[in-house]
Order: sequence, then structure tokens, then C-alpha cells
Amino acid sequence: MSLTKADMAEMLYDELGLNKREAKEIVEQFFEEVKIALETGHQVKLSGFGNFMIRSKAERPGRNPKTGEEIPISARKVVTFRPGQKLKTRVEAYAGSEQQ
Amino acid sequence: MTDRDFTPSLTRSDLIDNLARSQSHLNYKDVEIAVKSLIEMMSSALAQGDRIEIRGFGSFSLHYRPPRMGRNPKTGEKVQLPGKYVPHFKPGKELRDRANNQKPPRR
Repeated sequence: MSLTKADMAEMLYDELGLNKREAKEIVEQFFEEVKIALETGHQVKLSGFGNFMIRSKAERPGRNPKTGEEIPISARKVVTFRPGQKLKTRVEAYAGSEQQ
Repeated sequence: MTDRDFTPSLTRSDLIDNLARSQSHLNYKDVEIAVKSLIEMMSSALAQGDRIEIRGFGSFSLHYRPPRMGRNPKTGEKVQLPGKYVPHFKPGKELRDRANNQKPPRR
């Protein structure tokens, strides 16, 4: 099962008494705020969950997997996520029925 | 974080402030509760082994780390560490593109 924006809006509607449009809007804006922060060079620290940050990657050699041709992978900025201790502890305790 | 890290950051309370400003028809308290419950929904989804899929943002899933031999750094003694799950985030296309195309801060 996976959690989606629709599920999150539904839960806000059920639990907080926001109307459906307000609930949908706040979920949308929540993620938009994180994206705006990251695209303007901020890191995002959500206590209890984790931190999102931007890392600069240098250009590196790559290969077209189909043709085997060598093509450089250009320098770029990527988003990384570091889970906080609280989230790590909660997830570690998850005794998955099967390992992935 | 080291002393040299001056990267500006957005915290949960900044996020609440920004949302309260953009959703001015909602009162601050409701926005605060909404943000806290969104974060809790995401944490508890992962804690029960579910994925999170947010279009345009990315997906969170659990990755398995197999058991390994570790060492007690104090005594040097070998210890068997059990397998465990760790949270993993994969940014979606929109976030990847926007992050790679940095903009000046808005305020």
C-alpha cells in the first residue's frame, strides 16, 4: 500500500474538519513550499522526520547502456534526504514480513 | 552539521508560517496542526512498511540492510548487527528538474 496526496487530504478532512478543497490545497502547498525552498538553495529540516538538502555533483563519465557509447554525465544539483533519528528508530522497528 | 555549514534552512515552523500566510482563510493553529499531522502521516506510513508516493515531489520507501558484523569501537569486540530497514527518498522528475535549476531566493 502507498500513501498519496489524496490519502493525506482525506485524513486532514476527517481529522481536522477542514473542507475537502482546503485539505487538498494545504497538502499541495506543503510540498510546494519544500520544493521552493530546495530550488532556492535552502535545506529543509522537518523535525521528527528528516532533512532534505541539495548536493552538487561533479561531471562524471557515463555510458549509454544501449549502445555502450561513452557520454559524460553533466555536473548537476541533486536532492538528498537524511532521515532523522526518530524516523530511523521507528522504521528500524518495522519487522517486515519479507525482506525486499 | 559543521560550523562551516551556513546553508540557509527552512524548518517545520518556517513552513507553518509560510503556509499560514498563503492560506490566510485558515487560522494559524489549524495550519500548525495540519503540518504536524502531515509529517506524522508520513512517518507512520513508513513505520508500518508502507511507501509514500507524491507526484511531482518523489517517493519514500524502505530499503533493507542485511545483518552484518560490526565492532564495538571501545572494546574492539566483534558483534553481530541484525538486519534492518532504513527510509529512502527518490526525488520525482519535477523536483529533480527544479533542484537542478536553482533560482534566487524569493524574499
